[in-house]
Amino acid sequence: MALKSETYTIRSSDDVVRVRQIARAWASEIKLSLVDQTKLVTATSELARNTLEHGGGGAMTAEMVENGIRRGIKLTFTDQGPGIANLELALQDGYTTGNGMGLGLSGSKRLVNEFDIKSEPGLGTTVTIVRWK
Amino acid sequence: MSVFQQIVRTHETAILNGWMKEISIATRRSDLMNDAEMRQQSSEFLHLFTEATQVSSEVRSDAFAAAREFLKGVAKSRMEQGFTASEISMFVLSLKQPVFNVLRDEFKGDASKLVTEIWTSGDLLDKLAMMTVDAAIELREQTIARQQEEMMELSTPVVKLWDGVLALPLIGTLDSGRTQVVMESLLSAIVETNSQVAIIDITGVPTVDTLVAQHLIKTITAARLMGAECYLSGIRPAIAQTIVHLGIDLVDVQTKAKLSDAFKIALTRLGKAVVSIKNHPAARAEEQ
Repeated sequence: MALKSETYTIRSSDDVVRVRQIARAWASEIKLSLVDQTKLVTATSELARNTLEHGGGGAMTAEMVENGIRRGIKLTFTDQGPGIANLELALQDGYTTGNGMGLGLSGSKRLVNEFDIKSEPGLGTTVTIVRWK
Repeated sequence: MSVFQQIVRTHETAILNGWMKEISIATRRSDLMNDAEMRQQSSEFLHLFTEATQVSSEVRSDAFAAAREFLKGVAKSRMEQGFTASEISMFVLSLKQPVFNVLRDEFKGDASKLVTEIWTSGDLLDKLAMMTVDAAIELREQTIARQQEEMMELSTPVVKLWDGVLALPLIGTLDSGRTQVVMESLLSAIVETNSQVAIIDITGVPTVDTLVAQHLIKTITAARLMGAECYLSGIRPAIAQTIVHLGIDLVDVQTKAKLSDAFKIALTRLGKAVVSIKNHPAARAEEQ
């Protein structure tokens, strides 16, 4: 069950910076360590930029979740963009359709505890990440 | 053409007095503006408004050009004085009550006529009020854009640490626009100062993601093409771990935790060293 939940739109690169700050604020609220905070913020940055650049904009839903005594931050990035045809390929290190490093998606996966991606070509992509304390 | 225009013209003074009273209740900010100034501004606008309504009832038409300009000026001066956007719009909106009062007295027995006239004049004043708010917001946006530009320039100072050693202490978020400025200022400083070593310090960069890393690598590669060696310093433990997990390869880049460490290897590269002058032959010679 989510302790609190909030949705933010991602429409410009300023929004990427904004959701990053939100991720940092929420992470420090549940007292994640500085390293874990940085990891979550960096993953947020990657995924929010994907939402903006590949998904043509979308939204991020932030949730504070609880599992027993453990607390965590769950972030869901959704867009209604073109979607990803080959998820396996997209998750490979160094694979990029843009001109980036091709590490955003695979790197983010390594930065968080839980990572889930659903994509439907033509309908959009949803990425969910969780970082537990 | 409606009739309210004529009525407004005939009752200009009455409306002005009513308006002044209305303003004093609704938006009076005696701390920001005195009565005489207020009255003068109000009477000038009322005059322009009356003149314009005689010709047209479309606020975007040429007839309203003077009134629009005037409101822009009002918005500007009030923004500078510290009024809020709603207070600025109230300047125009508070004119409604006195105008409606006059219309009411005029069309006492004719309700449908009264509604028509109130609608026409109210609509006109609403549009003018919105225009004033738009003007105020536009001014704010201009200020924000100017500050953003200033910030971008301020945040990319290239400093000279030693003959041939430059440092670029980066602070804040690195987006594509800023990186472009950073890169240009660093590369041109390398040429101007004829430097062999440049140190990019990222202590003040809160998040290093793949985009930032890519920008840094590009800058470092470009500097190398110009014959200058580039070191990266200020990598905090949390950032270092994140970079490793992300899988960013910085093996080709000479990195150091602290700016002072990077400075030390820069000096070594130039064949220089910082030594204590105590017990140094040169210092001893001076003492004697």
